[in-house]
Amino acid sequence: MAKMLLVDYEKCTGCRLCELVCSVKHTGASNPSRANVHVVKWEDEGFYLPMLCQHCVDAPCMSVCPTKAISRDEELNRVMVDYDLCIGCKACVAACPFGAMGFDEIEKKVIKCDMCDGDPLCVKFCDMKAIDYVDATTSNFERMRDASRNFAELMAKAHGG
Amino acid sequence: MALDRKIAYINLSTGEIRKGDIPLEWRKKFIGGRGLDAYLLYTNNPPGIDAFDPENRVLISAGIVVGALASASARTHIMSKSPLTNFLGSANMGGWFAPEMRWAGFDHLVISGKAEKPVYLWIHNGEIEIRDAKNIWGENIYDTQTILRQELNDNEIQTLCIGPAGENLVRFANVMTGRKNAGGRTGMGAVLGSKNLKAVVCRGTMDIKIKYPEEALKYNEELINQIISSKVSQTMQRWGTMFIYGTTNSTGLVRTRNFQLNQLVGGSDIECENLDKVSIGLDGCFGCQVHCRHRYVIKDGPYAGTYAQGPEYTSQGAFGAEVGCNNMNTILVGNHLVNSYGLDTLETGSMMAWAMELYEKGILTDRDTDGLRLEWGDDEAVLELIKKIATREGIGDILADGPLRAAKKIGKGSETYLVHVKGMSNLHSDERPTPSLALGIATASRGSDHLRSRPAIDLYNLPVQVLEKVYRQPDGYDGPLTSGYTKYEGKPRIVLWQELCYMAVDCTGMCKYHTVFLSPNHPNFPEFAKMIYYNTGLEFTPKEIWDIANRCYTIERLFNIREGLTRKDDWLVDRYFDEPTKRGLPVAYNKKMDRKKFKAMIDEYYSLHKWDNDGVPTPELLKDLDIADLYPEESRQERKGK
Repeated sequence: MAKMLLVDYEKCTGCRLCELVCSVKHTGASNPSRANVHVVKWEDEGFYLPMLCQHCVDAPCMSVCPTKAISRDEELNRVMVDYDLCIGCKACVAACPFGAMGFDEIEKKVIKCDMCDGDPLCVKFCDMKAIDYVDATTSNFERMRDASRNFAELMAKAHGG
Repeated sequence: MALDRKIAYINLSTGEIRKGDIPLEWRKKFIGGRGLDAYLLYTNNPPGIDAFDPENRVLISAGIVVGALASASARTHIMSKSPLTNFLGSANMGGWFAPEMRWAGFDHLVISGKAEKPVYLWIHNGEIEIRDAKNIWGENIYDTQTILRQELNDNEIQTLCIGPAGENLVRFANVMTGRKNAGGRTGMGAVLGSKNLKAVVCRGTMDIKIKYPEEALKYNEELINQIISSKVSQTMQRWGTMFIYGTTNSTGLVRTRNFQLNQLVGGSDIECENLDKVSIGLDGCFGCQVHCRHRYVIKDGPYAGTYAQGPEYTSQGAFGAEVGCNNMNTILVGNHLVNSYGLDTLETGSMMAWAMELYEKGILTDRDTDGLRLEWGDDEAVLELIKKIATREGIGDILADGPLRAAKKIGKGSETYLVHVKGMSNLHSDERPTPSLALGIATASRGSDHLRSRPAIDLYNLPVQVLEKVYRQPDGYDGPLTSGYTKYEGKPRIVLWQELCYMAVDCTGMCKYHTVFLSPNHPNFPEFAKMIYYNTGLEFTPKEIWDIANRCYTIERLFNIREGLTRKDDWLVDRYFDEPTKRGLPVAYNKKMDRKKFKAMIDEYYSLHKWDNDGVPTPELLKDLDIADLYPEESRQERKGK
């Protein structure tokens, strides 16, 4: 069954371990500017949100790529860059509405999440599971259950519980 | 690789900035972080100078695995001569500053001189600039960082800064980064203030190359599992250090009403569970799965709507038990205030509790306090007094000078009521029933302190077999070890062991909650060796790391000796020996320290350290540690002459 990365901002502690392990795995170095995930922080409000590729079905990066270097890998439900075709024009960087396509100045190539070929390291190292790797078709069920909790409690009260 | 970061010498008087490599030789002798800072301070600082003399160096550093794969490799270390104690000043903080400093290319900053007008340092990808701080001077900790993000037009910068307290030379002003991370102790913020240095700002995109990336990732996973598989870490993940209070207070180990009681009765409002009412989520330092603090929004009173982080166990004591308050909102607001002013929460709370006892005894009156009634449990008076200290207003101006100077100014026997070691106040823990913890604070190299050598696991009364597994290695100690925290026997060794363990941790830049602090099963010397190897390729045996930590700790001792420390400074105030505890469980009730036994403990501690009877490291020890040149025979003779 196809899986997807699911972000829950309420769980994120802002530790940025995801950035660290991502950059070490993909580049051999600790360097968040070369990681494929970044925890965006609103420091004055205390709000943190891990941002990374959504692996869109109809991906803008894919649409704008002049050399058709970007395609979907349906088996792993991900969007991938073929570096043999990529010319490094960065049109995809400009097109991504999430800012999830980056450019690595050292390797001179565009970079994005590759879901670690089905075993995402960011998920493995996130004890809070602020980033989780879940079945795509049922990914919303847990959130649905959470959202329904208030209603369930009200109903229980109404019935004298 | 992880060893190619630079050291920079920055002279604020002349504007000269000199950058250099960190010799491999230094790595092998001192590793980095606090250990190398100790060597740099000892060899660069002129002996005997005033802490506010421009010649006093401030060292800011990141440990050898900061930013790398070492579980919470987040710590910044700051060292200087302390304006509070006149001995070694040293403070350590989490957050994201130290990793950013490494991505920006630097491991160690050695700052000297005094800028003509307020400045900040802007460090980015190998470059260092001294910039005008007129836009941030006078601003609090939160706003300083917000303004700098706007001024530099970069949301990713990390800032170390001082608040109004540091600018006002409050002798226990801290340095901070983020909303809450504080290099709290020994007044490092005041030293920065005396140099007109408001902030150090870092931003970097340089690789920290990992020597063996695959192995380092795998080992990091192992290390994290070792840490968070323990129940105590899981509790920390949920509540942070505030969980400790429930146990210590109900046992009778919490200094209350300064030092008059050892338990806050009816203190349930300030128990950690009440954090849930205000929490908006947890917060973790760089790379840390223990995430031991909450982000919270104050709900009640004039500060309602304010976003802050923490609080820690220390603030529960500072704005709770010590001052006799039983109000979570006072803790939340007090914690916010000290963080925004840039004050050490511990010293602030202790100074206030002392002032309140003086008020109770009639030594301070309404005339001295401008009418502020310093009565136990008065929440508003506590919060008002924090402001007065930070801004040096009225009685706050006197308290801002720290225990000994304030007692000298007030006179009238006020010194009798101080609870301090070497001129730095004690934590709110009451050590009268716990000799090992008492020895730790009496001998710590930065004055009274629980993060220098505290054998916290002694409080668990662990079976001696467990103690043996931890405390006999890595040097094969074969002396006594005893289970039971009220005992004196066998405790000097565990204090010494913790001392060197915490020194080693501070050389790496890892967090103390990830070593043997709260659990006997947490990483220590063998794990440090592996962690350093996978990240940097440097090979050390556990015993070699032990020896390095011993070398670095000995240099800290030499610094204090050079600044005039004597055996009498390694001692507790009389109250520990004369006033028995009045509350608590039988194990903590009616306890006081025994002078004779405590003296014997100090003797044993010195002897284990190979220090002489006056606490001076022996020539044999210095030779073994290959630092004989740091304290030549002439210095020894000169001291004896005095």
